[in-house]
Amino acid sequence: MFGSTAWPLVRFSETLPMIHRLQREMNRLFSELSEFTTVEFPPINIWSGENEIIVKAELPGIDPEKIDISVTGDTFVIAGKREIPPLRDNETYHRQERFSGDFKRSFRLPFQVDTSRVEAKYEKGVLTVILPRTEAEKPKKIAVKTE
Amino acid sequence: MRHESRFTAGTERTKNVKTFAPYVDIYESKDEIVLLADMPGVAAENVDVVLEKNVLTIKGTLSPSTDKEHRLLHGEYETGDYRRQFEVSEEIDRDRIEATIKDGVLKVVLPKIEQAKARKIEIKAA
Repeated sequence: MFGSTAWPLVRFSETLPMIHRLQREMNRLFSELSEFTTVEFPPINIWSGENEIIVKAELPGIDPEKIDISVTGDTFVIAGKREIPPLRDNETYHRQERFSGDFKRSFRLPFQVDTSRVEAKYEKGVLTVILPRTEAEKPKKIAVKTE
Repeated sequence: MRHESRFTAGTERTKNVKTFAPYVDIYESKDEIVLLADMPGVAAENVDVVLEKNVLTIKGTLSPSTDKEHRLLHGEYETGDYRRQFEVSEEIDRDRIEATIKDGVLKVVLPKIEQAKARKIEIKAA
């Protein structure tokens, strides 16, 4: 009766992250903190230097083993899961604003990266990834000769 | 973008650093209230947790970055200090408050004062 044309139903469990997100934003909206804008998790800053790009992500309380970083050419992808343990039976939430669930973000970098020399460290809840520029793409200084 | 905290409760900053309200989870059980706050980049020695009367203040400061060689290409967050205050309605056992910070997450455990246990009064036979 319901063949392949049936609507793809979203299982209730899959809607939970959405509900949590909504709840989090509502909490913030109705708390004293009225100004807010949503930002994807994790928030990322990208810094550029002559020889490398530095990507920093605010990822507090995450097992660094559960962060996947992949770089191919000029594409940088960061994915993982932030697990917040569920409450026990006798505990109830008053506020729940911290992000939980899966995340994935990707960026196009302004140059090709030497993937063999990429370094990442996780410190105090901040992930720092150093992406060196390939030798071929480093800016060349051209000396101007005088005749 | 994380929003700046405008609630400094009568105190004004003298440093030229922005203050942000951290995201928090708060949950309660029969015996305690637990607060978790995301404060990425904050070291243990730079956290302050104060319970004054029934107002809990959490504060975290960041050491400013001194990097001048890199320029910001794409920015989604700003760095600064964290500060947020909460009113605690329950009676808290001040001596047993515990605060820890790990991987940028501050955890404050506020144990409730044990309710005076109902005493059974025996009636003696005259």
